[in-house]
Amino acid sequence: MSAASVLDASWTRQRADRLERLARAGDLGGVDGKLVHADAVVALLEALLVPGDRVCLEGDNQKQADFLARALTQVAPERVHDLHMVQSVLSLPEHLDVFELGIASRLDFSFSGPQAARLAQLLGQGKLRIGAIHTYLELFGRYFVDLTPKVSLIAAQYADAQGNLYTGPNTEDTPAIVEATAFKSGIVVAQVDRIVDKLPRVDIPADWVDFVVQAPEPAFIEPLFTRDPAQISEIQVLMAMMAIKGIYAEYGVQSLNHGIGFDTAAIELLLPTYGERLGLKGRICRHWALNPHPALIPAIEAGWIESVHSFGSELGMEDYIRARPDVFFTGPDGSLRSNRAFCQAAGHYACDLFIGSTLQMDMQGNSSTATLGRIAGFGGAPNMGADARGRRHASAAWLKAGREARDGLPGVRGTPRGQKLVVQMVETFREHMQPAFVETLDAWKLAEQARLDLPPIMIYGDDVTHVLTEEGIANLLLCRDDEEREQAIRGVAGFTPAGQKRDRAMVDKLRARGVIRRPVDLGIDPRDATRNLLAARTMRDLVRASGGLYRPPRRFRNW
Amino acid sequence: MAGMETLRFTFDGGRALGPFAPTLVGVVASGNLEVLVEPAAAPGCHVDIDTSARGFGGIWEAVLRDFHARHGVAGLTLSIHDMGATPAVVSLRLDQAMAAIAGATP
Repeated sequence: MSAASVLDASWTRQRADRLERLARAGDLGGVDGKLVHADAVVALLEALLVPGDRVCLEGDNQKQADFLARALTQVAPERVHDLHMVQSVLSLPEHLDVFELGIASRLDFSFSGPQAARLAQLLGQGKLRIGAIHTYLELFGRYFVDLTPKVSLIAAQYADAQGNLYTGPNTEDTPAIVEATAFKSGIVVAQVDRIVDKLPRVDIPADWVDFVVQAPEPAFIEPLFTRDPAQISEIQVLMAMMAIKGIYAEYGVQSLNHGIGFDTAAIELLLPTYGERLGLKGRICRHWALNPHPALIPAIEAGWIESVHSFGSELGMEDYIRARPDVFFTGPDGSLRSNRAFCQAAGHYACDLFIGSTLQMDMQGNSSTATLGRIAGFGGAPNMGADARGRRHASAAWLKAGREARDGLPGVRGTPRGQKLVVQMVETFREHMQPAFVETLDAWKLAEQARLDLPPIMIYGDDVTHVLTEEGIANLLLCRDDEEREQAIRGVAGFTPAGQKRDRAMVDKLRARGVIRRPVDLGIDPRDATRNLLAARTMRDLVRASGGLYRPPRRFRNW
Repeated sequence: MAGMETLRFTFDGGRALGPFAPTLVGVVASGNLEVLVEPAAAPGCHVDIDTSARGFGGIWEAVLRDFHARHGVAGLTLSIHDMGATPAVVSLRLDQAMAAIAGATP
């Protein structure tokens, strides 16, 4: 059999289609090999795109292909329409403008926090159809199965003349997107801040990239993970003390992921003070799947932390990271290499604990950040906040959680195995006295309104192992039936209506069994929970702790 | 003050505290409160609240009932100036006030 017959045209349609599109683009003015002039980008997109194409417009948690997003809103809808957008984050107005303008009509995504209200509105107006709301890993997975992009529009920091890319500290989703597109006869267009003679390092090789355009402005990056310690409350300090003493120390948690927020920032800032006093250094919190939170600086400087792998980066942390390559993953050039797909996998399979917050939790322990009129998506929380049922390596924390959950159970449910610690840390009332504990999640009504197959639950109740509020810790691993579980949650729900409906006698019994532990049961006096325990109380303290290497974005500089 | 709500509660029972110096805890700031504790001749535990958050009388009553059950004190008046503190902050300030009184009483 000759090579020609193996490559029969009926088996190479995608490749031929790709070459046709590249030829159309190559004939345009302003396109010189791989290099495209900024003024020619709209024409380039019109030449490359065909109605119905699956398109990934790189919108990450932090880094945005904003110039290409703007260009996509400028293509002629009579030429380019009904695009199927497959992108992890909807962050910029342009990400929804393409639907309003009739350029795109279908959407598969993960997170839409900043655009959640408008997304719900457009869906209500019938301007788009949502395939599904995914986790990051799940969407990346589908890039390699049934949602492979035909054209991907991505962002990098620098390119060289051949089209090699340096993505810099905010690599984020780029490798996953490019791999799926380039190896399935798709087309990759990159916007870069600058074209340079020599790259600091190669993050994406040139033969996976078809076009490069230097954007008039650097790609937008959001400092999403910076929390000003000045805004951490005494109640958050109290809850952080309970997390450290009542969970981290109790299970000997070595590897972990923290959600974003002031609650978890308080834990990070208490390690070198309260944690040190409890003699926990070296016994907990050694390995992290976490973005480079500035709040982590004091613990790193005090020698608590051995390694941090990151989903993305954080503005202002670049020089600090460069100076701490023993802790962070850095390239030969010295700068951070982040990777959302690998860090999500690390958080899911290699971490003993996830701790995060939520807007609502029901009496089964299901939690959701979806509220009426807002379709916010999940991001990575469901993968971080779920037991990894494929995990097989043991650790002390994982084994202890598994024992607590299975002790005394018959049959297959009693088969010895470990379990991931999934902690939901919430004050009983959020701001404006909104109760965090509710009988029914808004997610149910939202599912009805948006005609979703399932209510958008972020973390399922049967994955949650501990609920931590200012009232105490409910250990759901020790609950043996639904009623115990419900009363354990009500027992830490404080003065919310759901909390006031508790069965006091049963809550007392659960407390006697150690299912519910109050601060006093943990040897914690709430009056000791003062801001003086924070290793840094201001942004300036963080800068000082970093030896001047951390440079906060201007909006966080209040001195 | 415009928009403020005034609430008043009395809880019976408990042991009389005896003489103590009036004690002030907390600050009047968003999400916080100030509580002044003074001795009272009448038995029971009296609470006067000025709050910027209207419509939470039921929660105040539950928080204060818990406080009274926790400390079992009588012969005092609590004057609270609240700027939308959560129940957690209210309970913390009340406990701090009781600790300050205990610390100052021989």
